[in-house]
Amino acid sequence: MMSVWIAVLILVGVAALFGALLGFGAVKFKVESDPIIDQINNILPQTQCGQCGYPGCKPYAEAIANGDQINKCPPGGEQGVKALADLLGREVIPLDESLEVSIPRVAVIREDECIGCTKCIQACPVDAIVGAAKLMHTVIESECTGCDLCVPPCPVDCIDMVPIKTSIKEWSWPNPNKKPDSSLMIDVKQVS
Amino acid sequence: MNSAPVQQRFNRSSLPTWVKVITRSFHGGVHPEEFKTISNQLPIDRLAQPEKIIVPLSQHLGNPATPIVSVGAEVIAGQLIAEAAGHLSVNIHAPYCGTIEKIETSFVAHPSGMDDLCIHIKTNDKEAVFRYPKISDYKNTEIDELVKRINEAGIAGLGGAGFPTHIKLGTQINTLIINAAECEPYISCDDKLLQEEPNEFVEAAICVAHIVNAEKIIIGIEDNKPEAIEKLIAAIESAHKKNQSDLIELHIVPTKYPSGGEKQLFELLTQKQLPPSIRPAQLGYLIHNVATIRAAYRAIVFGEPLTERVVTVTGDACPSPKNYWIKIGTRFADVLAQTESQHAQQMIMGGPMMGFEVKNSNAPVVKTTNCILLQKKAHQVQEQPCIRCGECATACPASLLPQQLYWFARSDNFEKAQEYHLSDCIECGACAYVCPSEIPLVQYYRYAKSKMKEQAIAKAKSEHAKERHEFREMRLAREKQERAEKHKQAALARKQAAEKKGIEDEKKATVADAVARAKARKQALTNKNNEND
Repeated sequence: MMSVWIAVLILVGVAALFGALLGFGAVKFKVESDPIIDQINNILPQTQCGQCGYPGCKPYAEAIANGDQINKCPPGGEQGVKALADLLGREVIPLDESLEVSIPRVAVIREDECIGCTKCIQACPVDAIVGAAKLMHTVIESECTGCDLCVPPCPVDCIDMVPIKTSIKEWSWPNPNKKPDSSLMIDVKQVS
Repeated sequence: MNSAPVQQRFNRSSLPTWVKVITRSFHGGVHPEEFKTISNQLPIDRLAQPEKIIVPLSQHLGNPATPIVSVGAEVIAGQLIAEAAGHLSVNIHAPYCGTIEKIETSFVAHPSGMDDLCIHIKTNDKEAVFRYPKISDYKNTEIDELVKRINEAGIAGLGGAGFPTHIKLGTQINTLIINAAECEPYISCDDKLLQEEPNEFVEAAICVAHIVNAEKIIIGIEDNKPEAIEKLIAAIESAHKKNQSDLIELHIVPTKYPSGGEKQLFELLTQKQLPPSIRPAQLGYLIHNVATIRAAYRAIVFGEPLTERVVTVTGDACPSPKNYWIKIGTRFADVLAQTESQHAQQMIMGGPMMGFEVKNSNAPVVKTTNCILLQKKAHQVQEQPCIRCGECATACPASLLPQQLYWFARSDNFEKAQEYHLSDCIECGACAYVCPSEIPLVQYYRYAKSKMKEQAIAKAKSEHAKERHEFREMRLAREKQERAEKHKQAALARKQAAEKKGIEDEKKATVADAVARAKARKQALTNKNNEND
């Protein structure tokens, strides 16, 4: 009978020791995990355009975390949907067709028409417009995300969304699979 | 390839000790037909002065140069017309005497077929030439002075990449490697340069080695250039006698494409593989092209700015295939006219493996134009499905898996492509050359690489936008809080004022204050009216 008690005591002691060790480890080596909302937000393109129906990228990230669809972000494109699907373990679905896919653009204020009402400054999500009341405003091109949010508030319609021109340095090789452009492919064997 | 045939070819019982015949080669590579004898039989010729030249401002890696001449200005040959913009950029000089006609965008030789900013010069018959002061005694001149001269003279890598030379020469290294492999079919400009001016080349090599403080010079050359090798051996021999030291080694490497690639040549000459993302300079080596070495030397000793280079003009549409001294800025149309090859259907800048088609003959020759390949017929490629034969992996000189990379690039799976080291691909085209299905593999890799670059830029931009957005949120919240704080303060002040006057109700006090203020104002107005009356 005694031996049974000794065995029980030893096992209880061992369990208590390991329990204490694990408990200590859990506190001491705690891993700060990235909350899922931040991870989603990192994938979103941060144009803050609101095309998804939420007032910015972070609110949309919160909505996705709460179960909203992942295909409402046209600036992120298919690549973005794919990345979100990977992260969340959901199906890749095509982009919502009711939202138009936008080409990269930048806002330009027609400066002689600007009346200096500051309405666009208040609308800009990334503080890319400078100016003061009754003084001309202008867009800092390098900071503009092309979100369109400054266009509707303008009372005199003096803001244009201009497509960004690619210069020769930013030019990308085309996809040979989608657009066969034979002139870019030199046939080595035929040349030799 | 063993050493015996080389020795026989040079008619020597034994080669000097500083000549090494390399037999061990790198992984992969291909042996395309060479076609070099088409263009390397005749001496280097010179093209006549055209009526008009177009000098692009971006002929090198880095920032485009900034024009410093205005429209209508007269310039003389060798005069500085565009200044380097920052450290990673080079100067550009006028190739001929003439008048600046305009400075605007026009067609340049670039795979995109897009326009770029160029200086257009209408040439005249004046014979004035600008030269920097000569530094003939370079050994007793400050190194900084010599590097500054190379910077001033606008020297960029003439092998094809156009990297600013003064940056490369700003380092201190042990061994200077000179890339004379010239492995791509058709091209023979370095070969001819070595054949015609071996002594000057050896001098130039010693000069550049002095600048970077190199103890040894290794010249790597493919064994398909026996004449150049013969002349080099003689030139090196006399240089060794003159300097009383065996500074220079000549390594004869087996002919195989792409032995002229930086990593491949490095492996051939040092028997060491260059790890990815490590530059040779980090290991104490510097690799330079033959023509670049010569241009740097001439900039120092003769004060010559870089305004011309040797270009191989060849191909079946060229009746007189030859190497020519061509001034930078000469339009392809003038080259075609003067070599009577107007019937060319396809113009390729560079060789058949790594070059690209130039679709408009208004494109000018630039510092990186080593070859103009003129073809009678442009051929269509019929791409067929991959049969997974694996020939491409056997041929890849970078030891990559081209087939895997192809699938990943095709399916836009760029992350995976990077896992398979796409960035180590040197785009040599060996895989596409051996592919039995005629898949333009390199185009897929270039596409994937530019997409990856695009995505990295977009990512950086979005990070930046996020930061600014978060800052704005923070600022708005702070402003709101500050306003609330201010209101609270004002309310407190009112309350205190009320208490001072002994009135319990704060609102009543405020109203009383306002009534008093209004009364005073009314009183003042009445007084004023009375005075006016």
